[in-house]
Formats: sequence, structure tokens, C-alpha cells
Amino acid sequence: MEDLKGAGSSGDEKDTGDNKGKFLNPTPILDELVDGQWPSFIKGFKDLGERTEKPMIRGVLDQLEYSYKTKMGYWKGGLVTVKGYGAGIITRFSMIQDKFPEAKEFHTFRVQPAPGLHYSTKMLREVCDIWEKHGSGFINMHGQSGNLQLIGIEQDKTQECFDELNKAGWDLGGAGATVRTAASCVGPARCEQACFDNLKVHEKVLKNYAGMTHRPEFNYKLKFKFSACPNDCANAIMRADVALIGTWRDSIQIEQEYVKEWIDDNGEDALFDQVVNMCPTKAISHKIGTSTIEIDNKNCVRCMHCINVIPKALSPGKERGASLLMGGKNTLKVGVNLGSMMIPFMKLDTDEEVEEFIELMDEIIDWWDDNGLDHERVGETIERVGMKQFLEAVGIEANIDMIVRPRDNPYYKKQYDSAA
Amino acid sequence: MSFDYEGSTIETDENGYLITLEDWCEGVAGKLAEDEEIEMNDEHWEIINFLRDYYQEFQIAPAVKVLTKAIAKKNDIHKKEASVFLYNLFPNGPGLQACKIAGLPKPTGCV
Repeated sequence: MEDLKGAGSSGDEKDTGDNKGKFLNPTPILDELVDGQWPSFIKGFKDLGERTEKPMIRGVLDQLEYSYKTKMGYWKGGLVTVKGYGAGIITRFSMIQDKFPEAKEFHTFRVQPAPGLHYSTKMLREVCDIWEKHGSGFINMHGQSGNLQLIGIEQDKTQECFDELNKAGWDLGGAGATVRTAASCVGPARCEQACFDNLKVHEKVLKNYAGMTHRPEFNYKLKFKFSACPNDCANAIMRADVALIGTWRDSIQIEQEYVKEWIDDNGEDALFDQVVNMCPTKAISHKIGTSTIEIDNKNCVRCMHCINVIPKALSPGKERGASLLMGGKNTLKVGVNLGSMMIPFMKLDTDEEVEEFIELMDEIIDWWDDNGLDHERVGETIERVGMKQFLEAVGIEANIDMIVRPRDNPYYKKQYDSAA
Repeated sequence: MSFDYEGSTIETDENGYLITLEDWCEGVAGKLAEDEEIEMNDEHWEIINFLRDYYQEFQIAPAVKVLTKAIAKKNDIHKKEASVFLYNLFPNGPGLQACKIAGLPKPTGCV
């Protein structure tokens, strides 16, 4: 292996600290990332390293430079936990710690955010201070996992760091074969399209499955995500085994005076181009010369497009609730899946209704735990044993609205008028 | 790494897991438990014996899921309770601590 100038060699040299901007070793390849037109994590990393002068950060940058040079990754996993927890810390040991002793350990804390990512500035200041005291100070908000990720700590310091975080009101998130940290969109807290209180449901689910979040005991991971309307800002249908997505079962509410206002501002052509013709099921009609629209609600597929374009005039119906979809996931044993419709509509307003949902989830998780194979997500288990068997086992009645691809029915034969 | 037990030297890996599984005996287990700050009682021994039996049969440590279910069945309790029960016995995780005391190799993989 080539010797890399500067890298890894300064581990035992004592830096005095009064050499501002001289703490880190030169990393010419990483610097290329900073030069581009997009923000780079390298800049943040280097600023933090120069300010805090933590050897760990210097070591990690040196190892990363070496990684880019050799086109190899040098992190390996392992098991690091805190008392009573089997998950929540992502372990990273350097495979080449003799070369980069400063980068020996760089573990990640997964910390659960509040539903909808609502923090108080006080809590954020506390977590920053605690993290800089025990760990690297490097924070990632928020990865795909939905966690507040605190990156870079040594094994010896994990327990004291966790104790302090826990005292300040934080808890670790899920990792491995657990119920993972759930994610929510901003919900009714800051969005008028919300069809159910996803933040409340999220909180109840989070509390109910706290044990299963911290102690891995499933076949594989299980993710909950809660989007309060079909815009699905939490990406629930794609990224969650259990997706609750807000919906309505009556008609889209129209305020025709605002439709008129929109047409006056944007013109009739714009209405056709941006609203009427964009409806995937051609459910919107508008008579030229008038200033109103009509919606054929039976054919609405809740794509949200018209509501998003004219939010002042259109809003979700009055009878609101949520759809339950299951089995969304990225490539694993089989390819990418979107969630399948399990319950087209359920009310989630009262505590009892939320309890009922959690009871159903308990049943589903139990079934999956008993019938799933190792490293098999619930969607894959359903696909393997068959939807019918799954529905029967957990006591959900099959329903015409649970079809995978609406309007794509091969058994439906359209009658065409003969050409003659 | 290594430690002395009744005159013989017992080799362990960097995390304190036995290199040679035949080095294990109840006394060695007691010593390993001491390092983990665990006071062994009958309930602990039950888990340790289960792990060793399982390892002898399958040449691999059981997944936590398998262990949890086996304990639930044995003690006639729910899976959730079994999980809490296991973590009360081995606070740093049954996978890590119980395997170490049972003289099994360190579980690999992501949790």
C-alpha cells in the first residue's frame, strides 16, 4: 500500500492547540468535495475538528482520505450497548486502527426525535452540549432512519453519555431486528391538509413499543411511519412496513369563490393545464366561460394534485381518517415493494380507536414473528405465504378496496362499438 | 488476552470471549460472570445451560429471537415478558453477556 503523506502519522505528536487551522492533517482528495458547488459534509467536519481539536475527528478524516485513495471502506460493525438496551448504538470500529489509531472507534447513537420532529431549542442545545462533551459533536439530522444521529463516540463513554441524554429526556432509537424509530410528517401541528392526528398516534405507538425498540427479538426490522394526508410527506408508503396515511371518505370540499379568484389570477388555460388535465382519473370538469369546477368524487384516487395547486379553494373532505398500508420496503430478499392496502379507511380520533389500531398491530407483529423467516420483512412474509392466509390469520376481512392496482383489472372487458 | 484459573492460563479474544471452548467449566463461567459484574443464580445458569446445549447441537449461538421464545415456552410466560426477563438477568444483552459466560464465541453481525 502506498504511504499517504501526513495521514495517520501525527497520532502521537502533541498538538499545542494554539495553532488555529493547523490541527487537522492535509486531506487533498477530501478538499475536492468542498470545492464543488454543493455543500459538503467535509467542511462541517473540518470546522468542527478545528474548533474542538478532538483527535477522533482528525483520525476519521485521515482514514476517509485513505479510503478515497484506496477506494475501500475500513469500518466494521460489532456490538456496543448500554445497560438494559440491546439496540440503539451503531457500532463502528476501524479495521486499520494500527494505521489510524485516532479513528479506532466511531460509534453512532441513534436518538429518537419527537413525533413530527418538533423540538424545543432548549432540548436541542442540551443534546448539542452533551454530545460535544462525550462524543465528537457531529450530529446528523435526520437520516433515513428518522433518528437524530449522534455520530462518533468511544465505547467507554457510551454509558455516561447515555445516562446524561436520558436524564435530559432523550431515549435511544431502534436498530437491528426491532421496532424502529417511527417517523411522522408535521401533521395537524403545522399543516391544514392533515386528515388525522398522526402525531398523537405516533406518540402512542412509540410508547407502546418502547420495549421492542430497545431489545431486538424479531425476524428483522419493523418500521412505522405516519403521514397525515395522501401527500405522504413521511414517505410512508415506500419506506415503512406499517404505513398510516391520512385520507377522507366523503367529497373534496370546494369553495367556488376561491376557484373564481384563482381563475381570475391565473387564467382559464392554466386551470386546464395545471388542474383539470392533470387529474389522473379525469374526475375534474370545468365548463369554458364559467368560474367553477366540479369533481366526480367517486373517481377521485386521492392523489392530492388539485388540492395542492388550489389549496385555498379545495381541501380534503370532512369525514377524515387514515388508510393502513403494509409491506413497503427497499430491496431485500425480493425487490422494492410499495405498501399494500390493508384497511382502506379507519377513524383514529379517539383514544379507543388508537388502542384498537395498536391491538391489531400487536396481532400482526405476533403473526409475523411466528411465521416469518430470519431477515424477512413483514411484506415479504405476506408475499411468501399469500395475502389470503395473512388476512385470515390476523382477522382482517378481504375488501374490494384492497386491490393493488386500481383501474388495472384484467377481468374487466370494455365493450367497444364496432367500427361498422 | 488471557486470565489464570486454577493454575492454568485461559486464552480469550480481545473482548474477553474464550478462544478454546473446551476451556469452559462452571468455575471459569463464574470468573467470566464476575468480570461482567453479574451474580450468578439458578435463573442465570438455566440460560447458560440452554446456550451451551444449543451450541453443542447446532454449532452456533441461537438468535435472540429463538432464545426469547424458548425461555417464554419454558417458563410459560409471554414473549414480551421473556425479553424483559432476559435483559434483567443480562443487562448488556443476552447475546453479548450470556454467550460470553457460556464460553461461546462473540455473536457476529449487526445485533
